[in-house]
Amino acid sequence: MSELIKVGMADLKLCKSPDSVTTLGLGSCVGVAIRDPQTKIGGLAHVMLPDSTAIRNNVNIYKFADTGIAELVRLMEEAGAKRSRMVAKIAGGAQMFAFQNKNDLVRVGQRNVEASIAKLKELKIPILAQDTGDSYGRTVIFYPENGDYVIRSVGREEKVI
Amino acid sequence: MDDLNLENVTEQYFDVLKELGNIGAGNATTALAQMLQCKVDMKVPQVKLLEFQELGELMGGEEKIMAGIYLCVEGDITGSIMFLLAKDAARHLVSKLMGMELQGEEFGEMETSALKEIGNIITGAYLNSLSTITNLKIYPSIPALTIDMAGAILSVPAIEFGTLGDKILLIQTQFTDDYELDGFFILVPDLESYAKILTALGLR
Repeated sequence: MSELIKVGMADLKLCKSPDSVTTLGLGSCVGVAIRDPQTKIGGLAHVMLPDSTAIRNNVNIYKFADTGIAELVRLMEEAGAKRSRMVAKIAGGAQMFAFQNKNDLVRVGQRNVEASIAKLKELKIPILAQDTGDSYGRTVIFYPENGDYVIRSVGREEKVI
Repeated sequence: MDDLNLENVTEQYFDVLKELGNIGAGNATTALAQMLQCKVDMKVPQVKLLEFQELGELMGGEEKIMAGIYLCVEGDITGSIMFLLAKDAARHLVSKLMGMELQGEEFGEMETSALKEIGNIITGAYLNSLSTITNLKIYPSIPALTIDMAGAILSVPAIEFGTLGDKILLIQTQFTDDYELDGFFILVPDLESYAKILTALGLR
């Protein structure tokens, strides 16, 4: 019997096939899904903010793209996955509200996406697919078995990347 | 402002928000009643400090469809405010305001604009209360509206709170006319504005 593991906001979880991992209602946050196709160990990080070094109160390392992704990779390696085999998919980073004055916080979705891509690049983990930006929320489910990343949104057809 | 984060500002700010919750919700209720031309009651508002993970649960699940009205605030304090209510409650208010039943599931242009106006009036009532108790000038921007999953909408204020800590402060108010509806009000002042609000109230 396979289990669906839930990841909250500013959180991350590991999972191994046949289990899958999900996060509900991603808005400007980014869901970074990584897996090792050989061991079928995977994980999902729900990152809220791009950069832990820009914030004084950065105790919760899961919250940031830089530290959250690094920790997810570390935990996956600890569980037996190999960094050199890891591949990633990312989703989210929407701009939920349209404002004319685009200050940093309003653009945070885009910055979360950029920071996630930069961190994955630094860790040499290729990004196989992404569904980011736009202005709507996404629920995502990641299957480490085959790498399917299912994306559901309100009033849109479900897609798999 | 070196030691200012949400954890240690919380206790005093909590009291401010409670007061604001009471007066603001009272004013919002009056405004709603005038707008809808009917009697509107409210229950005593609750101020809650929640972990990010608890947010969705309070709203009835991260995937529950909500209407979120979001405004930026300028003047003596800067930051943003959000008013959230369930989509069915929003439909109820809009149909009442427009004096007709809404057709179909989606909000059209008229309905969207009516909903923005409702959000404007409700958030305006809270902001006026805050302005009155602190004697600070507060100017809201034009409202932006989105209808989507609770989690996705809440990511916006959660991210703003996320720069300060791992919790979010909100005011929950239950309004009743012939229909009970839960409204959630989230005020996110930026870091300097917390201090200004507390100073204005003689708490710092």
